[in-house]
This record gives sequence, structure tokens and C-alpha cells, in this order.
Amino acid sequence: MADNETDGGEIEIDDHSGVETTGHEWDGIKELNNPLPRWWLIVFYICVIWAVGYWVMMPAWPGITGYTKGLRNHSERQNVAAQITQLEEARAEATQQLVAAPSMEAIESDPALNQFALAAGASLFGDNCATCHGAGGQGFKGYPNLNDDAWIWGGALEDINKTITVGRRSTHPETTNTMMLAYGRQGILSRKQINDLTEYVLSLSGQTHDAAAAIRGAQEFAAQCTACHGADGTGNHALGAPNLSDAIWLYGGDRATIHETLWDGRGGVMPSWEARLSEAEIVALSVYVHSLGGGE
Amino acid sequence: MAPASPTTVGGGTGEASVERIDVEAVNSPAKRTLYKAREPIHPKRVHGKYRRLKWAIMALTLGVYYALPWLRWPRGVNEPNQAILIDFAGSRFYFFSIEIWPDELYYVTGLLILAALGLFLATALFGRIWCGYTCPQTVWTDLYIAVERWVEGDRNKRIKLASQPWTTDKVIKKISKHTLWILIGMATGGAWIFYFHDAPTIAAQFFKGQAPFSAYFYFALLTATTYVFAGSMREQICTYICPWPRIQAALTDADTLEVTYKSDRGEPRGAHKKGDSWEGRGDCVSCRACVAACPMGIDIRDGAQLECINCALCIDACDDIMARVGRPASLIGYDTDVNMVRRKAGMAQKYNFIRSRTILYSVAFVLVAAIMSWALITRATVNLHVIRDRTPPYVMLSDGSVRNAFTVKIINRGNIERHFQLDVDGPDETGVSVVGESVDGRSLELAVADDAIRSIRLFVTLPREAISAPSIPITIKVRDIRTGEEAATSTVFLSQGR
Ligand code: HEC
Ligand code: HEC
Repeated sequence: MADNETDGGEIEIDDHSGVETTGHEWDGIKELNNPLPRWWLIVFYICVIWAVGYWVMMPAWPGITGYTKGLRNHSERQNVAAQITQLEEARAEATQQLVAAPSMEAIESDPALNQFALAAGASLFGDNCATCHGAGGQGFKGYPNLNDDAWIWGGALEDINKTITVGRRSTHPETTNTMMLAYGRQGILSRKQINDLTEYVLSLSGQTHDAAAAIRGAQEFAAQCTACHGADGTGNHALGAPNLSDAIWLYGGDRATIHETLWDGRGGVMPSWEARLSEAEIVALSVYVHSLGGGE
Repeated sequence: MAPASPTTVGGGTGEASVERIDVEAVNSPAKRTLYKAREPIHPKRVHGKYRRLKWAIMALTLGVYYALPWLRWPRGVNEPNQAILIDFAGSRFYFFSIEIWPDELYYVTGLLILAALGLFLATALFGRIWCGYTCPQTVWTDLYIAVERWVEGDRNKRIKLASQPWTTDKVIKKISKHTLWILIGMATGGAWIFYFHDAPTIAAQFFKGQAPFSAYFYFALLTATTYVFAGSMREQICTYICPWPRIQAALTDADTLEVTYKSDRGEPRGAHKKGDSWEGRGDCVSCRACVAACPMGIDIRDGAQLECINCALCIDACDDIMARVGRPASLIGYDTDVNMVRRKAGMAQKYNFIRSRTILYSVAFVLVAAIMSWALITRATVNLHVIRDRTPPYVMLSDGSVRNAFTVKIINRGNIERHFQLDVDGPDETGVSVVGESVDGRSLELAVADDAIRSIRLFVTLPREAISAPSIPITIKVRDIRTGEEAATSTVFLSQGR
């Protein structure tokens, strides 16, 4: 006997609406068994048929070791891979030109190719470099600003290309590993000598300093520091020793930070990208970074 | 529906007789319910001046629509020579001598505002003349009805055919009608895509199967909408889907000319026998010719209604009858509410075209038209976009000076390569440089290809002692060396200040 049948086997009809009830009753309220709207039913059956077709055609059921692949053999992963290949093919010609160009200067003087390199470089920079150098290459303490005209390792296209390819103080075999020693912490110089040197370094860039201490520091500088930073403190691109006489600082030009640099030493790591980016991508990045700084 | 059984009004032999049609207004207010299946309407053919006017307007509007994309307009070597072209791929809109870039879409907005104001004005003066004569829904439906009538015959034959069982004759008629309809739909969808591509090229590609997917898609879409809207939905588009009938009620007033049954003249209505006196009765002979002619399925004698598109076919139908019974024409005609009241009160008719709303719409129309024309006449063919670097907004250089970097875009909207002189105006000490270009003092020369944008990176440098404030106004200017046309952008030089 179904729920909605009375004892006599009759289906109960609601007096008021003339619709049969489901037989479910809560506190005297009975549920009407209204039929589903026909359009709803049609859509429902279409969905059921669609679902069956979907199981057959598309990846659907999970299994223990995999899933049913479906007749269409559809795979989003493959589609993305195919799209990437397609994109690379579309860009192949210009990419090829980047590698084939006689020099990076030649790329810069060809407006169309330059435009391509800049666009590619900008997007590669956002993906790979912005985390350390900032979205516009503006830099942070210890991470150089790539927009200015002060270069630690040189701002010519070739220098930039080398920095990106082999990195600086990186794990690449050809990288340059010169460090700024921890003169204080390692006990190479006394606290007083470091105080004097700090005053001298301040004087190099024309900042206010203790003149007497700076004169003592100058002698110390000639003895300890000129090998890397040069006699006048203007630095050396080959060793990655920054110019100490200009207005731009990698770590900071105030007294406290200079003292900290001399005491603890420095050695920022710029990773090598040779293994991660293609030659053409590094060329595009070099052209882009070069354009940021206005070119050297 | 039962076939119409014509009865005759008026008697006597050899006299002009009026056929009385057994027809009900399927959309009359009394019969309107919220949900009901569509009842087919079989409009009867009419003859008369409005019908002729409508044929002429149909020929004109359809002619313009189908033929316009084929009109050529020479523009120069690298430019398309199609008079009207919406070129999505090249992101340009060509309208005769005007070429609009995507950033100038306000011209199109202006055009739409003008069209709207024009429509407001026309509606305030003459009611729904847009709906009645020029709306594509009306024009194509009219065309479809003409085809239907040509294949299946006029109203009575069509009603008979509809109720008749499926004979070979009926099948042939239905197939021919729908084939013709679909062909018209295809021509409509086909013409549509010509507006978006070079017409001769896309036509050739289309038939060889080489046209882009979008062309086939829109062809199919417009074919389908034309066929469905004009073939089977017809008046339902106007009454249920189109918002305009609702809006236009706010634009009309008691002085607006609208298709009206002049009840003051027509009532009391009733059948009239030839020779009977017209004293004490109205001119309406209850022949229902107006109802039979109505493509919207209404009875105009019920008064103004949302369903009435003011197509004026009932005017022709009624005038025909009036001539036959020897009464003056225009029992149904263009009339105003004011005049209806005035006639009833025995006053002379008065037409009041100059009213506050028509003045307002006219003034607004003229104003917008003037602004648009001024904008179009003085439209610049060179534009300058200056986008400053934000990260970082400024850079300190090794000698202590400060540099701001800008991306400068020079937009050459002309059809020839042009040479521009770019100048930077600022404090005397301002230094300017551009990667890959030589700068002479603070100005440099740049070539920009025809119809193209050239983007350069411009560096502006100020020595520390010249920096008087954190933000110093500077101006970047370009000037066409040959024509002298200029564009300038004011911006600022940013720094942390002194
Ligand atoms: C893990 C952080 C990090 C990432 C990622 C990184 N860099 Fe560097 N980069 C540095 C550091 C730190 C230095 C400074 C090395 C030093 O102290 O000499 C540097 C230095 C440089 C220099 C030399 C600047 C000069 O003044 O000579 C260039 C050029 C450069 N990076 C470009 C890039 C590019 C291009 C990328 C993206 C492919 C990149 N960097 C990604 C940390 C990073
Ligand atoms: C072996 C070479 C070498 C010697 C010797 C050397 N430096 Fe350095 N110095 C460097 C390098 C390399 C850096 C950059 C470190 C980095 O990029 O992380 C540096 C950085 C600095 C900086 C930080 C610059 C900035 O922009 O923030 C200061 C200050 C400095 N050195 C001062 C000195 C002084 C003073 C001496 C002498 C006591 C000295 N250096 C000796 C290699 C050297």
C-alpha cells in the first residue's frame, strides 16, 4: 500500500485544490502531490541523457589507478600544452630574430624587434624578477634598483646579459664571487678603525662627517679597501664593488648602515637564469632592463 | 478559427456594397490574459496612400541595408575602400570620410544620443511613426506578410488554408512560403556580415567556406532571428519583448498626432443600408475592415492601446469603406486627443506642434548635433598619451639628480607617415633623453607610421638644485613638422623634494 492510499486503497484527494496528496502529514498539514511542470521534466530528462553522453564522451569516473578517459580523449592539460606550443610557434620568428641579431644594440635600433623584446622582457620580468627587484625594477634594500644609472656589475647590454645568465655569487661555475668582508665580526679591523672608515666613506659622497676621523679612515681605506673599491672609492664593475662616492646605495648610505656593512660584511646573491630561461628570453630581458635604466 | 463568412452591408443591386467581415480583435483588452497561446493573425491586404508610403519606405530601408556595404569610398593605399565598415580586426570604424579609433567611441555614443533625441521629437509630434514605418521588426514583418500573401493568398484564403487538412497543395504552399522566408532571412544575415568585413572579399570567402567562424555564426544567427521574429513571432516582439512601447507613452501627450478612430464622428456605430439616412448615427458601419487589416490583431476603435504600432493600415482600410458608402474619408486618421475633445465641444480643430516638450527635444537635438559637429570638425589627427612610471615614480641618479620616466605614445590618426617634433617644457635645467634616439637639447624628431601608434620611453632629469618642490609641472608637446598640428599633455615631475 502506497503512502497516499487510504485503507480502502483509494488515493486521497485534497478537497480544496482537487489535487491528490502524497499522504505525508505534519500536524494536520498534508503535502499535495502536484505534478512537476512539464518544461522542468523535459529539461530534467534532457540533462539525464546529456549526462550519459557525457560519461561516454568525456573523462568522468574516478578509478583506483586513474579515471575513465572518455571517447573524446579530452584533457585540459594537453590543451594547455598545445596552446603553449601554438604560442611559441606564433612567436618563433621574432624569437629567432632575437637570437640571430648580430648584437643586442642592433635589436634596440630596430623599432619592431625592440618593441617585441620590450614586451617579452616586461612580461618575463614580471614573472621571474619582480619578486626580488620590484614590479618596476625599483629595488629594495640589498636588491638593486634597475632604473638608475648606477650599476654594480655594469649597465651595458653585455654586462646585464652576463649578470642574468651566470648570476652573481650564484651557484653557476662562471659566476663572480667577490664578497665584502665582515671586517668587524671577523676581527680584521678594530671597532675604532671601523668608526674612522665609516666617517671616511661618508666623506666620499659629500655627506656630513667627522673630519679628523675621516683623515684617519682615509689611510685605512688606502690600505684595506682600494683593491676592490678603487683609490677614489668609485668602485669596480668586474668585482661587483659598488661606487661609494655617488648618491646611490645598495644597502644604505647613512652612518649606521655603513657601519653595519663594514662590521658584518655583505654578499647579495643574484641567481643564475641560464638553466631556467632560454637564450632569447635572456636577450629580451637584457634589452628590457637596459631600457629601464636609460641605457649605459 | 472558422473561415470568415462575408456578409454584405447595404442593399440594392449594382450599388457599391461593403463587405462585413467576421473578425474579432484577437488582442482586444477584453480578451487579454497574462498567459495564453498566440492566436494567429491574418492581416487583410489594403490599398491606399499609407500602404503606398509604407511600400516606398520598405524599399528604401531594405535597399539601404542590403546595398550600403557595397558602396566604395577611396581612402588611400593602406586603407579599406568600403564606405561603411566596422573593422574589429583592425579596431577601426569607417563611416565615409570619418575614421574612428576605439578610444573615440564617444562619437558613436553621440550618434546614438542624437538618434534617441530625434526619436523623442518625432514621437512627441507624430506618435509611433518609428514603430509604424521604419522599425526593422515592422519592415521585415511587412515583407514576410507580403510573401505569405503572394504564396497563400489574402486573408480568407489563408484562414481557409490554416484550417484545411494537409493536402499536397497545402504542403507545397507552406514549403514555398518558408523557403522564401528563409531565403530572405539568409539575405539579411548575409548582408549583416558585410558591414564587418570587406564585402567583396568576405562574399567570395563565404561561398568558398574560407570565411572566419564568426561570419558563419552571425549569418546563421541573423537568419534565424529574421525568420523567427518576422515569420512566427511578429506582433509578440512588439507587445512582449520591445521596451519602446512602454517608454514612448511618456513621450506623447494630448497634442501628439496618433492613428485614432474618431469616435466623435463614428459613434453610434452600426450597419448601414444604402439609402438610409445618416442622421442620428455615426459614420462607422461596423464592417471591421480596420480589424481585419490590423497586423497587431487589435481593434483601433477600442482607443489608444499599447499594442498599436501606428502602422496606419487601418486608415487605408477605413478610407476605402468610407468612399464606398459615400462618407468623408479619415474616420480613422492621424488625430490628437485635444482635437477629439474640441470637435465634441463644437470647436475648430487646432494643431499645436510647438509645445514645451517639442521645444525641449529640438533644443537638445540641436545642441548635441552642434557639439558633435564641432568635435568632428576639430577632431585631432594626432594625440599624445603620456603614462608615467609608477614603480618607481622617480629615480635618484648617481650624481644626486632625479629622473622621471614616461612612456609616451604618439598616435597618428592620419593616413600618411608623419614627422613630429617632441618638446619637453619645464624648468631651464630640465634634461631629456630617449633610449635609441638622439635628443637635441629638449626636443627630438620622431617619425610615426601612418595610422599607427609609436611608443617611446622618455626620461626627464632635473639636477638636485633645480628641484623646487616635490611636484613640478612640465608639459610634453608634439608638433607635426609639416602641418604644425599640435598635441600637448601636462604632467608633473615627481621627486621627494629638496
Ligand atoms: C632571488 C632574488 C633575485 C631574483 C629573483 C633576481 N635577482 Fe637580480 N639581483 C638580485 C640581487 C640580490 C642582486 C644584487 C647582487 C649584488 O649584491 O651584487 C641582483 C642584481 C641584478 C642585476 C645587476 C644590477 C647591477 O647594478 O649591476 C641585474 C641586471 C639583475 N639583478 C637582473 C635580474 C633579472 C633580469 C632578474 C629576472 C630574470 C633577476 N635579476 C632576478 C636578486 C635577484
Ligand atoms: C674583496 C673586495 C672588497 C674589499 C676589499 C672591500 N669591499 Fe666593500 N664591497 C665589496 C663588494 C663586492 C660589495 C657589494 C656587496 C653586495 O653587492 O652585496 C661591497 C659593498 C660595500 C659597501 C656597501 C655599498 C652600498 O651601496 O650599500 C660599503 C659601504 C663598502 N663596501 C665599504 C668598504 C670598505 C670601507 C672597505 C675597506 C674596509 C671595503 N668595502 C672593502 C667588495 C669589497
